[in-house]
Amino acid sequence: MSDLFDKAKESIKKDGLPIVEEERSRLPLYISLREFPLRYQLGVSKLQKFFEGLKEGKVYATQCNVCRNKFFPPRADCPKCLTSNVNWMPLDPEGQLLTYTVIRVKPSSFAHYKDYVVGIAQLKEGIRVLAWVSVDDPEKIKPNMKVYLTTARREPEGYITYELTLKAPF
Amino acid sequence: MRNVAVVGVGHSQFGNRFDVTIDELALESVKEALDDANLEAKDIEFMVVGCAGVWSAEDSPAVICSDYCGMLPKGSMRVEAMCATGSAATFVGYNVVASGFADLVLVVGVEKMHELPTLLQVERMGRGGSFLWEFENFGLTFPGYYALYATRYMWKYGLKEEDLAEVAVKNHYYGAMNPKAQFRKAITVDTVMQSRYVAWPLKLFDCCPLTDGSSALILASEDKAKELTDTRVWITAIGSSTASSALVSRGLDFCGLESAVEAAKQAYKKAGIDPDEPAKYFDLANVHDCFTIAEILAYEDLGFCKRGEGVRLIREKQTYNGGLIPVNLDGGLKSKGHPIGATGCSMIYTLTKQLRQEYGKYASPSAQADIRKGRALAHNVGGSGQYAYVTILSLEKPQR
Repeated sequence: MSDLFDKAKESIKKDGLPIVEEERSRLPLYISLREFPLRYQLGVSKLQKFFEGLKEGKVYATQCNVCRNKFFPPRADCPKCLTSNVNWMPLDPEGQLLTYTVIRVKPSSFAHYKDYVVGIAQLKEGIRVLAWVSVDDPEKIKPNMKVYLTTARREPEGYITYELTLKAPF
Repeated sequence: MRNVAVVGVGHSQFGNRFDVTIDELALESVKEALDDANLEAKDIEFMVVGCAGVWSAEDSPAVICSDYCGMLPKGSMRVEAMCATGSAATFVGYNVVASGFADLVLVVGVEKMHELPTLLQVERMGRGGSFLWEFENFGLTFPGYYALYATRYMWKYGLKEEDLAEVAVKNHYYGAMNPKAQFRKAITVDTVMQSRYVAWPLKLFDCCPLTDGSSALILASEDKAKELTDTRVWITAIGSSTASSALVSRGLDFCGLESAVEAAKQAYKKAGIDPDEPAKYFDLANVHDCFTIAEILAYEDLGFCKRGEGVRLIREKQTYNGGLIPVNLDGGLKSKGHPIGATGCSMIYTLTKQLRQEYGKYASPSAQADIRKGRALAHNVGGSGQYAYVTILSLEKPQR
């Protein structure tokens, strides 16, 4: 993964050690040969309804049956009542864009996407959702404009997620 | 609970420290702090290491730092609270002394962020948010989290990108005078405006850098402090708060950090400070300017001005030395650098030197605040507002 790893391999051939010179400071760096790739595996059995919803084109939130508080991201347990007595409710897609940003410098695992817009919308039920805003030109958007929450396929992976759009999805 | 004083402070050179390992880096500030307090490693009874981690290969930095600094076999631990790690470590050290467990505690904040390959640095920071709901699907980056605050704030209060740039100009102005700062060059509004967008509306010069560095503090009980020094700097109060990991669950309409508001409220109450006019109680403050917008939010969260008026403070130069409340006279995170585990300790290092009136000699006389009230404040935020610590230092001994 390291950009200096290739140099380290050359250096082993030449001098027998994975020590390379750092470009700017010219100081010696020992490049570890032991990569530690991390791909986490998250338990989502309590959120199954949410993921089933995505397959049906719906985005679900939860509501506590005791205090009536609504949650998105959905929670299977109410943090106020500490009860698991919650109800799953599909979100009304209409909302208002509160804020947004255009990500230019991306994490390495997002390097294969074009610059993307991340926004936060306030939906009718008082729930807020953070997602990509699907727009060809970020100049077209500003805070407080109307947006819609919809499920969408994320390409090139092709998995189902949700996003905000400027046009009603139906 | 017993009174706790800062009796020794130390600071490494901040920057790209490819020349040292993390324990060697920790030793630089530890040695300085021990010298400052006229103590030896054997005098210390417990060590707290603030290190956010994952940035460097050593997984348990408290162990190697403790060993390298000659602290074995004393007890130690690593503390983590994202970018507020240094303050959290100080909080633990404070309580170890206040509780009576030990009379002398060493707190060292250290981070070696350049041990991680460049390619993975943005990834590592982005993962600091709510993993499944912000990072996994939407690839938010650290500048991205704060950009969401900036966009909303600019829209609501008519702030311009040039206004944000003024914060960077001030902090680089003072950073240029700080011998241990990462960037020691003054900049102009144009420098900021011409830099490229990282996460619109934030540009490269709105952002603090990634930094390697360490800062150490020696905390002492009242009796020990009296033996050691005549200019005792007391930790008067610490406020701490946690807010939701998910940005969508935060309050204040993305125009403030509720964790910082809460931490300030707690600290003001403990220190007997009028929350309606806190600025008049302090000679200076260090605030968490990881991005230019963050400093504006900090002015308001701390109550130095009303909500939406933070920009007036920077436009009128009220946070320069000699103004209403001088802020970040050491260059702040923006120019001094932000080794995330060390930043909280570095703030207390600066404020201690300022209260002792040693900062002018260390940096530049024009960066020494006028010490009249004998009180200073450190505001240290973790993540995009998940954690906040507000620490109040004073020359006057707290009354119990």
